[in-house]
Amino acid sequence: MSLSTIIFYLLAALTLLSGLLAVTTRHIFRAAIYLLFSLLFISGIYFWLHYEFIAAVQIIVYVGGIVVLIIFSIFLTHQSGQELPKQKIGRTIFSALAAFCGFMLILLQVYQHEFVSTSEGTMEASIDNIGRQMLGTSDNGYALPFEIVSILLLAAMVGCIVIAMRTPKEIREGGL
Amino acid sequence: MHRDRHAHTERNQGGWIIKMEPGLNHILFISTALFFIGVFGFFTRKNLVTILMSVELVLNSVNLNFIAFNKYLWPNRLDGVFFTVFIIAIAAAEAAVAIAIIINLYRNHQSINVDKAEELKY
Repeated sequence: MSLSTIIFYLLAALTLLSGLLAVTTRHIFRAAIYLLFSLLFISGIYFWLHYEFIAAVQIIVYVGGIVVLIIFSIFLTHQSGQELPKQKIGRTIFSALAAFCGFMLILLQVYQHEFVSTSEGTMEASIDNIGRQMLGTSDNGYALPFEIVSILLLAAMVGCIVIAMRTPKEIREGGL
Repeated sequence: MHRDRHAHTERNQGGWIIKMEPGLNHILFISTALFFIGVFGFFTRKNLVTILMSVELVLNSVNLNFIAFNKYLWPNRLDGVFFTVFIIAIAAAEAAVAIAIIINLYRNHQSINVDKAEELKY
């Protein structure tokens, strides 16, 4: 067993473990930290697969952006140190059963399906190739989705401002 | 486009032979497990922030799937990479809007429990 294989299994185990802890722990702040580690180990898997650009984007956007945003919202909406209320045991059991059944069903499909790969050479996922194709307007170019995503981000920004905006009446009355 | 459909065929003879060398099936196993961990969290959690965390886990498992298929099945193309980049961008936008809604809800109800969020409008 080579070192690369060992690293892969280590990353996989840590990803799944921290993901599981993120959805089961009752301290909400710990859940956010476990989520952070899970996302970090997933970016490690991207590094292992030699998709360095995606790994970097994963760290920048998820770990640096979304998790920080989630931690901010936890600070704004919870007293620190407060535990989440305990779930009903029946709900937990049936949720675990449903998730496990779905997991086994999908896994059965995955292992029975015969995947066929192409043998037409490889295209390295370098920044150069990615940039040229993402902004390309030829057959395989992704310029149009790129523009649509930029409009979506603008719309999300405007939406956030509109949702967070308070009416003048609320400001006069004070409050949070 | 002519693809040699018999080259590099990975086949599990008899179904459940587990190879030690990591390949497509291993990554698909991880992403499936992560997906259903997210689904489990989505079922059991009552708090809107933790539900958002579960959704992020699900989105990440899908990204992992795209990258794995790109790496092992279509190494001559980069489509999986682009899908992943766009999913990450959309997830960021979704998280920002969701957190704006959650904080606004907390301002009005002093609670972000889903049971108490029956009326999002007033």
